[in-house]
Amino acid sequence: MTATAEQPASTAIGTEPVLSVRDLVKHFPITSRGVIRRKIGDIHAVCGVSFDLYPRETLGLVGESGCGKSTTGRTVLQLQPATSGSVVFQGQELTDKSSKQMRSVRRDLQIVFQDPYASLNPRMTVNDIVAEPLRIHGLHDKHSGDKMRELFRLVGLNPEHGNRYPHEFSGGQRQRIGIARALALEPKALILDEPVSALDVSIQAGVVNLLEELQDRLGLAYLFIAHDLSVVRHIADRVAVMYLGKIVELADRPELFDRPAHPYTQALMSAIPIPDPVKERERRRIVIRGDVPSPASPPSGCRFRTRCPKFANQLSEGERERCVEEEPALIERGQGHPAACHYAAVEKVL
Amino acid sequence: MSRPLTSATADAHGGTAAPAAATAVGHEAGGDAVLRVTDLTVDFPTDDGVVHAVRGVSYALSPREVLGIVGESGSGKSVTSLAIIGLLPKTARITGSVRFRGEELIGLPDKDMRKVRGEQIAMIFQDPMTSLNPVYPIGWQIAEGIRAHHRDVSRAAARSRAVDLLALVGIPHPKERAANYPHEFSGGMRQRVVIALAMANDPDVIIADEPTTALDVTVQAQILETLQKAQQETSAAIVLITHDLGVVAGVADRVLVMYAGKPVELGSVDDVYYRPRMPYSIGLLGSLPRLDAVDQDRLTPIAGAPPSLINLPPGCPFSPRCPLRQGVCDDEEPALRQTDGQAHYAACHFSHTLESEDGVPEGLFSATSADFSGPIAIMPPTGAVAPTEGPQS
Ligand SMILES: Nc1ncnc2c1ncn2[C@@H]1O[C@H](COP(=O)(O)OP(=O)(O)OP(=O)(O)O)[C@@H](O)[C@H]1O
Ligand SMILES: Nc1ncnc2c1ncn2[C@@H]1O[C@H](COP(=O)(O)OP(=O)(O)OP(=O)(O)O)[C@@H](O)[C@H]1O
Ligand code: SF4
Ligand code: SF4
Ligand SMILES: [Mg+2]
Ligand SMILES: [Mg+2]
Repeated sequence: MTATAEQPASTAIGTEPVLSVRDLVKHFPITSRGVIRRKIGDIHAVCGVSFDLYPRETLGLVGESGCGKSTTGRTVLQLQPATSGSVVFQGQELTDKSSKQMRSVRRDLQIVFQDPYASLNPRMTVNDIVAEPLRIHGLHDKHSGDKMRELFRLVGLNPEHGNRYPHEFSGGQRQRIGIARALALEPKALILDEPVSALDVSIQAGVVNLLEELQDRLGLAYLFIAHDLSVVRHIADRVAVMYLGKIVELADRPELFDRPAHPYTQALMSAIPIPDPVKERERRRIVIRGDVPSPASPPSGCRFRTRCPKFANQLSEGERERCVEEEPALIERGQGHPAACHYAAVEKVL
Repeated sequence: MSRPLTSATADAHGGTAAPAAATAVGHEAGGDAVLRVTDLTVDFPTDDGVVHAVRGVSYALSPREVLGIVGESGSGKSVTSLAIIGLLPKTARITGSVRFRGEELIGLPDKDMRKVRGEQIAMIFQDPMTSLNPVYPIGWQIAEGIRAHHRDVSRAAARSRAVDLLALVGIPHPKERAANYPHEFSGGMRQRVVIALAMANDPDVIIADEPTTALDVTVQAQILETLQKAQQETSAAIVLITHDLGVVAGVADRVLVMYAGKPVELGSVDDVYYRPRMPYSIGLLGSLPRLDAVDQDRLTPIAGAPPSLINLPPGCPFSPRCPLRQGVCDDEEPALRQTDGQAHYAACHFSHTLESEDGVPEGLFSATSADFSGPIAIMPPTGAVAPTEGPQS
């Protein structure tokens, strides 16, 4: 079989993707208050998201709070049913699977959550926490003890500490425990939902290194969800930038950081402070105005138009009309990679 | 660029150790410091023991300067600031001195402290709702903030000043929006309102504790811009507390690095970022993934975790995580002392071995992915004293 044609920005053309997501949509109903709860609208959390994830690669999914990153991750795993669209994992369509059927899929596709404090059961020893997936899948046997020790070593924790409780570990250590648990069933792909966002930087670095090392050793594919573009630049092979439920730009890492083509990507990059006083003083900053509109009533046409500096400062009246009326598709317009802007143009920001 | 680090020896340390107290008090700013903090300590008695949250903080804030305070979670950044403005719970035991334009604030009666807080030192918190009242319109709140300290200002004048302030912090249609309640604004807009409130009485000092941490980066950029505008308008000095070394690099003149309740490095942003002289600062800068790095190798974490503030072992609090540690480090806590620059201070027995050439010493920390330091509550990395909450075994 051949690689999907509509995914030009890929490091792994020629291999089959492990995960293919097409036109994924997830709406949450908004109901009226009161005794009779009527549906009065929809939150358009994810609106037609498509991407491929290849073996051994890291695809970064970035964007600001509420843009639909976690919902994308959870819907891919069918932790929430998709409103529409398709999710193909290792050749199987997931959106029509029952929860029982999904259980066996989850052996190969696991998720790690952001909060290392909330996601571990405080009443279980960390050994039991890490072994739980084995037990659920009926794989727990007399060799599990060895397996546990191996997993602990793999995530850089001392195996001697397996009979302790989560509260005895630091945030970074708890995140390692969550990763060990996700690895217990030897998955092919991991969805990492902000796995280091809650950690202090000095500790975050060790977990990032661990994820990179595990990928090299185990050949894992990562969907790495984050709001911090600096971490994504460090860890990802390809990057998808989301805004208000849609992917607005998708490119290989060097391409995205050197040649961002969407006004939102450019603004996002330029807003991120760099820990270098001279660079920071000399930087030109694109400050975008206003806040993200409500996903209950996204703007017509291009969803970024209410904050787009290009729309506000550069386009003619006639050009703007197109932004208001026609939704820009995520296609290549001569910049070498797809961006969802009618007037996409590369601008160096860093 | 990189230079090998000659491993420091106890000999090299020689007799430089000075009595810890005799140092680092109120650097710079000479006599004209607007705020001078000297040997500030804060203890919290708890069921588990006494938490030594702040263990001797000293700094002097010059008029109009922006001082950034950075450090790991729990290093005492917030408690230091709350002690300065008198907002700690009654259980807190505070020693040391905080002088605002020469006037001692520690021990000031509540009534007088409230006056200082409203008129001279303004505070901006991470959560704007800490400063806003949900049941009053924002314009009214700002106007009341003005009148609480200036009874001679008429209601109408205060209201119109409130609208001016809202315009200044970038609230669109300020006249109409003044009548809105806090819940009718987004998080970023609320933080602008809080900045307007902070500016209301033309303070001399604004302390901002993680003012942008809860906000998206595009909104953070707007708020930092607004904060700088507020400074120009009021000529206030700003203490900006954040865990984001990028924010400090862009906004601050000087930076204070805290670790385990103490300043461990203090200097101009250029000194600290380009010529750090304390292993923790070096480790912190080295552990950052950078947006401007083209092909960054493995990151260099600082292994282990900060110590418990209940049973701090003697010696340098960073020693369990420090690659330069020597015997003396576990015996004697290093004081904050002048290092290579005029106004550059570091708390490390071996900071002189990090001096000379420009640049961040490389190769000090290794690019490990492991963390064998063990459960934090059971075995502190030093193995010294086991603190409280253990397993129910
Ligand atoms: N279960 C739910 N019910 C209703 N709305 C939801 C639900 N989950 C998410 N949403 C909404 O969907 C949108 C996308 O949320 P999501 O959590 O996916 O964003 P995110 O990009 O992960 O943000 P963050 O960076 O804050 O984690 C938001 O507006 C959110 O409020
Ligand atoms: N009221 C209190 N009682 C007991 N301990 C406290 C109290 N307030 C703070 N502490 C402790 O004091 C220490 C310093 O806390 P502080 O809030 O100043 O840290 P911080 O540097 O601001 O951290 P963060 O970056 O997480 O905001 C912490 O160990 C904290 O648990
Ligand atoms: S389509 Fe128009 S509004 Fe949207 S990003 Fe491009 S220029 Fe801006
Ligand atoms: S930071 Fe502390 S432990 Fe490390 S060398 Fe300096 S004094 Fe010693
Ligand atoms: Mg999320
Ligand atoms: Mg704090």
